[in-house]
Amino acid sequence: MPRFASFSLTNNMSAFFAPFISKPDTVSAIMLRVLLALLPGIALYVWHFGPAILVSIALASLTALGTEALMLKLRDRPVRHFLSDNSALLTGWLLALSIPPLAPWWLVVVGTAFAIAIAKHLYGGLGNNPFNPAMVGYAVLIVSFPAQMTHWIAPHGLGLAELDFLGQLEYIFLGALPPNVTLDAVTMATPLDTLKTRLHLDEPVNQILQMPIYGRLGGQGSEMVSLGFLLGGLYLLAARIVTWHIPVAYLGTLFAAAGIFHLADPAHYAAPLFHWFSGAAMLGAFFILTDPITSPTTPKGKLIFAAGAGLLTYLIRAFGSFPDGVAFATLLMNICVPLITLYTQPPVFGKKGPASGKEKGRP
Amino acid sequence: MRTLFKFNGGIHPPGNKERSTQRGIARAPLPAKLVIPFRQHAGEAARPVVRVGDHVLKGQLIGMPDGYFSSAVHASTSGTIAAIAAQPIAHPSGLPDLCATLIPDGREEWIPHAAVDYRNSDPAELRQHLRMCGVVGLGGAVFPSDLKLRPLRGHPNKDIGTLILNGAECEPYITCDDMLMRERAAEIVQGAEMLRFMLEAGEVLIGIEDNKPQAVAAMRQAVADSGLPFEVVVVPTIYPGGSAKQLIRVLTGLEVPSGKLPTEIGVQCFNVATACSVYRALAHGEPLLSRIVTITGNVRRAQNYEVLLGTPVQELVALGEALPDTDRYIMGGPMMGLPLSSTAIPLVKASNCIIAASDKLFPPAPPALPCIRCSRCAQVCPADLQPMDLFWFSQSREFDKAQQFSLFDCIECGACSYVCPSHIPLVQYFQFAKSEIRAREQDQRAADHARERHEFREYRIEREKQEKAERLAAREQAAKQAQPPAASATPADDAQQKIQAAIARAREQAAASRPKNTDNLTAQQQAEIAEIEARRAKAHERAEPAGEVADNHSEGRSQ
Repeated sequence: MPRFASFSLTNNMSAFFAPFISKPDTVSAIMLRVLLALLPGIALYVWHFGPAILVSIALASLTALGTEALMLKLRDRPVRHFLSDNSALLTGWLLALSIPPLAPWWLVVVGTAFAIAIAKHLYGGLGNNPFNPAMVGYAVLIVSFPAQMTHWIAPHGLGLAELDFLGQLEYIFLGALPPNVTLDAVTMATPLDTLKTRLHLDEPVNQILQMPIYGRLGGQGSEMVSLGFLLGGLYLLAARIVTWHIPVAYLGTLFAAAGIFHLADPAHYAAPLFHWFSGAAMLGAFFILTDPITSPTTPKGKLIFAAGAGLLTYLIRAFGSFPDGVAFATLLMNICVPLITLYTQPPVFGKKGPASGKEKGRP
Repeated sequence: MRTLFKFNGGIHPPGNKERSTQRGIARAPLPAKLVIPFRQHAGEAARPVVRVGDHVLKGQLIGMPDGYFSSAVHASTSGTIAAIAAQPIAHPSGLPDLCATLIPDGREEWIPHAAVDYRNSDPAELRQHLRMCGVVGLGGAVFPSDLKLRPLRGHPNKDIGTLILNGAECEPYITCDDMLMRERAAEIVQGAEMLRFMLEAGEVLIGIEDNKPQAVAAMRQAVADSGLPFEVVVVPTIYPGGSAKQLIRVLTGLEVPSGKLPTEIGVQCFNVATACSVYRALAHGEPLLSRIVTITGNVRRAQNYEVLLGTPVQELVALGEALPDTDRYIMGGPMMGLPLSSTAIPLVKASNCIIAASDKLFPPAPPALPCIRCSRCAQVCPADLQPMDLFWFSQSREFDKAQQFSLFDCIECGACSYVCPSHIPLVQYFQFAKSEIRAREQDQRAADHARERHEFREYRIEREKQEKAERLAAREQAAKQAQPPAASATPADDAQQKIQAAIARAREQAAASRPKNTDNLTAQQQAEIAEIEARRAKAHERAEPAGEVADNHSEGRSQ
């Protein structure tokens, strides 16, 4: 008998088998809408930090598409068919948004290529990767190039010097800075990083947050980017691309964990809202953890998965050695997905209630 | 106001029901030829009781129910039986099945038939009458109705609290039940009362989706006119809300346990068209000869027709005036329908709708992509399954896993395929997995059977050996006692005798092992033997699970 699995790619089944109608929705359209939902955050990013992020996104997009095409070719898959699903593009964008925009061009290229080639295609391509590819790319970069990963561009008006777009391009592609300008003058540590360093110096939280890099909720500028991602995330909820489970459980747990510590010792632990609007919390809640391929499929499972990630994010931020915890929290919870899914199977119709109690325990 | 319940999942595909409800039900003209399959119901095919060349009357029995799980088949009009042969029918396998070809004489001459006084009849007799009238579920499953009226062991009919009439008709395009309720509401209500009487049921609920206000009004009027305490309940339009288990859940809040029958929770459910045919069968003595079929889709005149069973699809297509770009026809709705291999296929008891289709009407889905586990399928699954997992197991042929994850609770409604953004034909994967599992179980049974037979044979041979040895020993003992050793002949003589005896025995054995009656047979005798063998094989297949013990017995007897 011919391999059953392979026919679906080549034959058009819909003419032969019911149902003959389907919802006019495609993977490509879903991914495209997720990309669109990132736009408010990206626009605010550009507004507060300059256009360097657009260069990162462009580099990531080109690398993602190129690597995807190459891997598809090597794996003997229909290139055009898969390239148009927009999933590689999304991976590239998410990675570009997770790493410093003012960095040598190869940083984002190496990260994206690793994400697509190793984290996605070596595991079997779209739908088969157990780990979020963008977060794998991030983890590889932060472990391999920690120096480059800590030079974050300073928001407008906060750095000692500012580069115009041409200057940014020159640094990204040639590594050259204008005379009398050092890298430290145009970049700085992230608000989360600064908080961590200062706390080590025994400064109280409220005093640290008086520094000019902090805004009302989180970091100056970056809090607005987080708001932009929240806005996009609400669109994803409204468009029913993601369900409420993961964002609510993630942000809720993060809030609760931060709240408990903050209440117990406000001098050493920042308030919950600060955690919401700092780092990649919003991006993670709506765009990263909600990746359907690497998160549980059951509603209960989503809650457990996201709550675990929220707790881990907080623990890494508060007690770990990395400034932000979203990437590692995501990857750690990705490992648990099959188990969570298995143990959170909802009861099947007609197998609920006392009449079928025996069959409740699923394998 | 009755409290309604919800089932999880469900979808809202475009209904497309308006076009075919603009005109009333018309009677399709008598076709030049009817092709009447002997299997129009779930279960065993009916056994032909007419011969080629016979003249039959309208309503005359031509197929006798064959066994417990079967139903009767009748001549839909008067005429001559032109052939009894395998012909293409509407079946997913595309295999032909035994059909009677009836050439109508145009006189529509009825066989004598009379009403049954059901209130003064024995329930068993009434069930037998329905069975002989070929009344089966017209909602699509064509399950013999008499079997659904039979009390289950441990569940007497008086335990049935609720009889549900299913007028939900949730699948897009199909409007035959809608129009039937609008036009023959009184007959449906009378049929419901007959069903209620036979079931000794308590309340009667008639469930109709809220996209059929005219049918609701007509049914409410008919119930009021009849003075019966039935309730017409308007349920929300959602697919597959017309599936029996889902409708029972919506109306009563009860879930039919997996693998059980509704009667076990005190509910029974019949389609409205079935109630109508029960009424015709009891009030007029008429067997099921026709049904309402919707012709719609890519046609000029979408409408419902009362069609004689056995009418070729092309007759209905001609009435609907299919548009020129029509390139295929679907029997049933767009969610669960069956594409037809030809329009010569006859309309049967299960045919509720014919959709003329084209790429414009049903645009082909884009090629499938891998599953991204978005779980939209799980969100719409009315059986609360996890289709993406079942797909994974079916694709990788992990059938045990698929079964553990309740594959057989899938009702194949197609909601998962409908919402899949990767356009994976999920239902086909599930059908494939189900058929593989069934085939595997059958193989397993056959293997077990063979193994048991083999073991018994080994045991038998061993036993024969032992018995033979005992016999020989006994004989030798007897010979020794009869002939004292001193009186024996010379040793050479003795050996010679033994050899002669052995030769004789060998000859005897050879003769016994060869059946004497199969040499020199005539061709006719040989044909008869072949036929008997075939029948035996078929009976054997049918009686498979129970057959094992019986077979061992026959082996035992042949000793």
